[in-house]
Amino acid sequence: MPRRQDIKKIMVIGSGPIVIGQAAEFDYAGTQACQSLREEGYEVVLINSNPATIMTDTAVADKVYIEPLTLEFAARVIHKEKPDAILGTLGGQTGLNLVVELANAGILEANGVEVLGTELDAIEKAEDREKFKELMMEIGEPIPDSTIVYTVEEAVVYAEEIGYPVVVRPAFTLGGTGGGFARNEEELRDITKNGLKLSPVNQCLIEKSIAGFKEIEYEVMRDNKDNAIVVCNMENVDPVGIHTGDSIVVAPTQTLSNREHQMLRNSALKIIRALKICGGCNVQLALDPNSFKYYVIEVNPRVSRSSALASKATGYPIAKLAAKTAVGLTLDEIINPVTKSSYACFEPTIDYIVTKLPRFPFDKFPSADRRLGTQMKATGEVMALGRNFEESLLKAIRSIEMKVDHLEIKDLPESEEELWQKVKQRDDERIYAIMKLLRKGVDSQKIYDFTKIDRFFIDKLAHIVALEKEMKENPKNLTTLKKLKKFGFADSYIARNWQMSAKEVYDLRKANGIIPVYKMVDTCAAEFESSTPYFYSTYLHENESIVSDKPKVIVLGSGPIRIGQGVEFDYATVHCVMTLRNAGYEAIVINNNPETVSTDFSISDKLYFEPLTTEDVMHIIDLEKPLGVIVQFGGQTAINLADSLVEHGVKILGTSLKSIDLAEDRYEFEAMLHQLNIPQPKGETALTVEEALDIANRIEYPVLVRPSYVLGGRAMEIVHSDEDLRKYMANAMKEISHDAPILVDKYIVGKEVEIDAICDGKEVFIPGIMEHIERAGIHSGDSISVYPSQTLSQKVKDTIIDYTKRIGKGFEFIGLFNIQFIVDRNETVYVLEVNPRSSRTIPFLSKITGISMADIATHCVMGQSLKEQGYEEGYYPEKNNVYVKAPVFSFAKLRSVDTTLGPEMKSTGEAMGKDATLEKALYKALIASGVKVPTHGSVLMTIADKDKQEVLSLAKRFDNIGYGIYATSGTCRFLRENGIPVEEVARVNAEEFNVLDLIIKGKVNYVINTMSTDKNTTLDGFLIRRYSAENGISCLTSLDTADAILKVLETLSFSAVAMSEV
Amino acid sequence: MKERLLILEDGHVFEGEGFGADTYQMGELVFNTGMMGYQEILTDASYYGQIVMMTYPMIGNYGINRDDFESVDPAVFGLVVGEYCQIPHNWRSEMSLNEFMTLKNIPGICNIDTRELTKIIRKNGTMKAIMADKGADVAAIIEQLKQTDLSKDQVSKVSINKPFQIPNHADRVVLIDLGSKNGIIRELNLRQLDIVVVPYNTSAEDILALSPDGIMISDGPGNPDDVSETIETLKKLIGKVPMFGISMGYQLLAKACGAKTYKLKFGHRGSNHPVIDLASGQSEITAQNHSYAVEEESLKGTGLIMTHKALNDNSVQGIKHEAYAVFGVQYHPQSIDSEHIHPLYDQFYQMIEAHKEVR
Repeated sequence: MPRRQDIKKIMVIGSGPIVIGQAAEFDYAGTQACQSLREEGYEVVLINSNPATIMTDTAVADKVYIEPLTLEFAARVIHKEKPDAILGTLGGQTGLNLVVELANAGILEANGVEVLGTELDAIEKAEDREKFKELMMEIGEPIPDSTIVYTVEEAVVYAEEIGYPVVVRPAFTLGGTGGGFARNEEELRDITKNGLKLSPVNQCLIEKSIAGFKEIEYEVMRDNKDNAIVVCNMENVDPVGIHTGDSIVVAPTQTLSNREHQMLRNSALKIIRALKICGGCNVQLALDPNSFKYYVIEVNPRVSRSSALASKATGYPIAKLAAKTAVGLTLDEIINPVTKSSYACFEPTIDYIVTKLPRFPFDKFPSADRRLGTQMKATGEVMALGRNFEESLLKAIRSIEMKVDHLEIKDLPESEEELWQKVKQRDDERIYAIMKLLRKGVDSQKIYDFTKIDRFFIDKLAHIVALEKEMKENPKNLTTLKKLKKFGFADSYIARNWQMSAKEVYDLRKANGIIPVYKMVDTCAAEFESSTPYFYSTYLHENESIVSDKPKVIVLGSGPIRIGQGVEFDYATVHCVMTLRNAGYEAIVINNNPETVSTDFSISDKLYFEPLTTEDVMHIIDLEKPLGVIVQFGGQTAINLADSLVEHGVKILGTSLKSIDLAEDRYEFEAMLHQLNIPQPKGETALTVEEALDIANRIEYPVLVRPSYVLGGRAMEIVHSDEDLRKYMANAMKEISHDAPILVDKYIVGKEVEIDAICDGKEVFIPGIMEHIERAGIHSGDSISVYPSQTLSQKVKDTIIDYTKRIGKGFEFIGLFNIQFIVDRNETVYVLEVNPRSSRTIPFLSKITGISMADIATHCVMGQSLKEQGYEEGYYPEKNNVYVKAPVFSFAKLRSVDTTLGPEMKSTGEAMGKDATLEKALYKALIASGVKVPTHGSVLMTIADKDKQEVLSLAKRFDNIGYGIYATSGTCRFLRENGIPVEEVARVNAEEFNVLDLIIKGKVNYVINTMSTDKNTTLDGFLIRRYSAENGISCLTSLDTADAILKVLETLSFSAVAMSEV
Repeated sequence: MKERLLILEDGHVFEGEGFGADTYQMGELVFNTGMMGYQEILTDASYYGQIVMMTYPMIGNYGINRDDFESVDPAVFGLVVGEYCQIPHNWRSEMSLNEFMTLKNIPGICNIDTRELTKIIRKNGTMKAIMADKGADVAAIIEQLKQTDLSKDQVSKVSINKPFQIPNHADRVVLIDLGSKNGIIRELNLRQLDIVVVPYNTSAEDILALSPDGIMISDGPGNPDDVSETIETLKKLIGKVPMFGISMGYQLLAKACGAKTYKLKFGHRGSNHPVIDLASGQSEITAQNHSYAVEEESLKGTGLIMTHKALNDNSVQGIKHEAYAVFGVQYHPQSIDSEHIHPLYDQFYQMIEAHKEVR
């Protein structure tokens, strides 16, 4: 069937800010979908609140609305644009929910907007537990015993009936939020209560546990002609019980016999046909390891994280084709975009094994509960391809950037007992513990008995252990070396064991011809001719990556999405690549993140899906012989490689290694700023506790402390007293490093300001100055950022512009750089840090100013001056509108993580609001970031003594707009003394209606809580913040954020004033 | 680990490691793109005389079990893989791939660049090949490969010698065995039919003497031209009893009606081949295993019409006769479980019923 002619304009819904469970994969899917629809000649209108994505680039759709993904704003766009149809199945759960909301509100019907792709009623059948169960029973597909409950009591009664353990699954939540595994009544009560609260329909499914079954996923596609295919099947190495997003996953399945595969394939196809899905769909199944018994666990009637993974794993672009099927095309008439010689209606077959590893945020949140379960905790993932499982897994391990290059970590317990403990509680380090047990000679079978991880995988791990032994017994033996490389061992790991440097191992290999070849990803195992520029390395005979004679540039990507390094860096990478291609260079991308746009093979001239380590990058450089490598767009991942690449004789294009070091080495940085006569907060380095105390007392508290080599706010703290500093140092000495010094800087109270600029080596161009709402001390990524600045005087601005120019030229930057400033009360401007690379704010600033910074910077990197590109030195004229970027957190999913904002970044994503005034823009940004802004309600205040004076005016303002105020004793007393009506609530440990009850019952809309150093209240504060996060209540830990929200509330509220008071 | 060579007629030599048996036979080197199903492939008589290379690099992960055989004795002349699994695990696994191949005298070679080999076959077509020990006189072996013709008597090697019956009180289907997969019998068993399996060279008279309600012609190895005997038999049976041919059986039906076949460059072998049912427009992802195809042009005037075609290369995948109850498909229609009969078998049973009524 040809594409539909009766529709012309299509509205696409994006997935909004990045949160755990819904990340960059939807940027990839959404971008592909928009491009795919435009390719067919449709006009595409996009709504998405996430400024950090490629998807919200003006070039991706005909019209891009960066507006909140709420009924209110989506309806406005519909009224204005009058689209013929809407597509919501590519925007994750957010997109799907919004379409359902728009339909239920009658907005689609009223505006004559048709829902494309899968019909709403099918979506409901897949997502509503009851309806899904009915459908499965109707078509004879087995599902575990389960029932829907609306109360905790119902859950308990049912669990008694079917027996523990049971799984609790809240309806309509992202990434399984609020779900869990209950072994007994107590756990069941706890999880169900939380789950009911989090489910927008207050509904949970109580299900018989099938823990220990194999978890198998099928990515299926169907068109309106009922053609249905399996794109990819995947096997979770971890059995049922760990969320697939947190599991180690391989594709294709490894331990299923053909009969088992056919049985599950048949089930998946039957389901997609019964649901009449049009587009992509994910079916999760559980298979008994000891019989043909299986159950359908879950169906996602849309593209998902798994479908992005399946697309990258096979080369088959699911989202692109899903968009085409939504407009009436059928799979048997769409040419397979990979082979270009066969059709999309087939089942990809691959000739390698793919391993996906999740990236967890536990390096940022050491206190978080690391146990894995049905609630997803990973922020990102990596994928690796190899010709054997060992190779594929070890490549993935060294892609993950957790300071590991092998299945070995330092901080594991020594005793078998403690190792078993880790394995049994299934935390994120269980695979390392398993390896350690295997090294201690524990039998594979015993590990299987406890983990139910298939023996196939455990035996492969045991094989790695055997190889380690062989390695240790045969130092520098070439036959052994060849074997180790075939099974994926890293040079750096071999080097450590052979007492060599990684470079020596590398040189030894090169001299003996032990180098990898590159194989193509082509969807068909080479059955059809294909020219996909998508490669992975392996140690085999024939190299398929043909080197062209064009001038080439290698662009390093940013690896897995983690807190502090998100999709923003992928945005810049993609822009760099596109600019290089337009300029006539062959652009080659190296990256390992399956979720992103940069790893879509159609973006670059060549994509190498490889770990971002010196060894893996050097292999490609050796083969391709590029003009050089660009490291400034791939975040810290790429920057960190610059040093060793230069050591290997590679040319870094743009800002030189010397300039990078100037910015990153503390001493050189200090000296340089001094030379440029630019002030920075006083600070020194300390090697011992005494030194630290001495410095702190000299420069005066408060001080900012952090380990010297760590960037991006990791392990940073603001310290107010000797006692706190001692505490910090004790931890730092233990946890961080023995030889790296600790930096002790003067903490300056002031406004934080951030700029991104471009330098061509001679001139500096500054597209914009952003001002943070929160004062210095809160990580820039967690602050609300406003453009143009609202409170800076012209003098301050001029100083900032002047410093920026001096720094750009002084450091001899070529390309992007980012500076964080602090402005104190006397309008003195200090430089806090300089980042010689693309930053988190590049997409935001580029989109709001219309200056595509990454493009301009790329031209500079390639030798074109700013002048030649038509840009004058200096500050670009400011826009009239106000643009606000608000952080988005995933605290509800990370148990035990303290939500207090500080120098360490904690947010996972961001949303943007734009309007004519600050208040309106703030309103939009807050709404888009998930903060509710009701015009009346209540606020709970628990304020540290040091902040009490300051909170007074906020309390008055809340009272003025009619908000009720609750406070704990100290705060309450203080506010009452100052004439503000307050209701007192009991402290955490009180039995009757205490402060936590208030939060659980949803009696307050906001919690304002500031950190006290008083030990007795530390735990209380933590519990208050956690309960707020888990109950979906905004907890503000900075008074500046509270002030911003008040500004919005005040513009929304009208006060009631008696005539006599006028 | 024994070092072993795989020598191709076109002069390519691959060095790898040996597993399975140590005796070598020349065969036609083909590749299969299925990621699973090696046990079925090894024991599928249609592969008789062929050395099969699996494009998926890790083979043998779930071992060999009792139930998934396509015939009692395997027929392949060799297996080529990237890596074979030495310690398989599956609740049904009874032995490893290596143990099975040693037991059944099938030589294997692993640890070679199977993707490179796939591309050679894709470019140069399927060709003769043989394994050898390292150190063998490669030039002489290549010469020998060039000089030797592949045998033409594969079907006689895999067909049964004597008829046998799987009795039941039901309609009788005679299955002409050219190297039938167990899958076909399993399929017929789903309807609890009375099945009589007869050798490929059974005469039409002998078949009719069994009073069949329907005749199935199985799949089998090699070139349909090499079994002209069966073609002649089929000519005599067309129009008398409803007939259903699969793979080679289908090619023979086409030939019996006067159509022609030709050899594909590297055949279709795998489980992901899309086929379009021309009547419904619907596609089906099918398992296939064939070197030869029916020429579309040659269908003219034979009374046959094309019912199915391959989506990717447009080759004919199914035919039916306009006047008689005769049809067949090139691919392997298979039900996945014991509850659902493949629609093509249903079609065959309907033909049988209709024919009985007329009679």
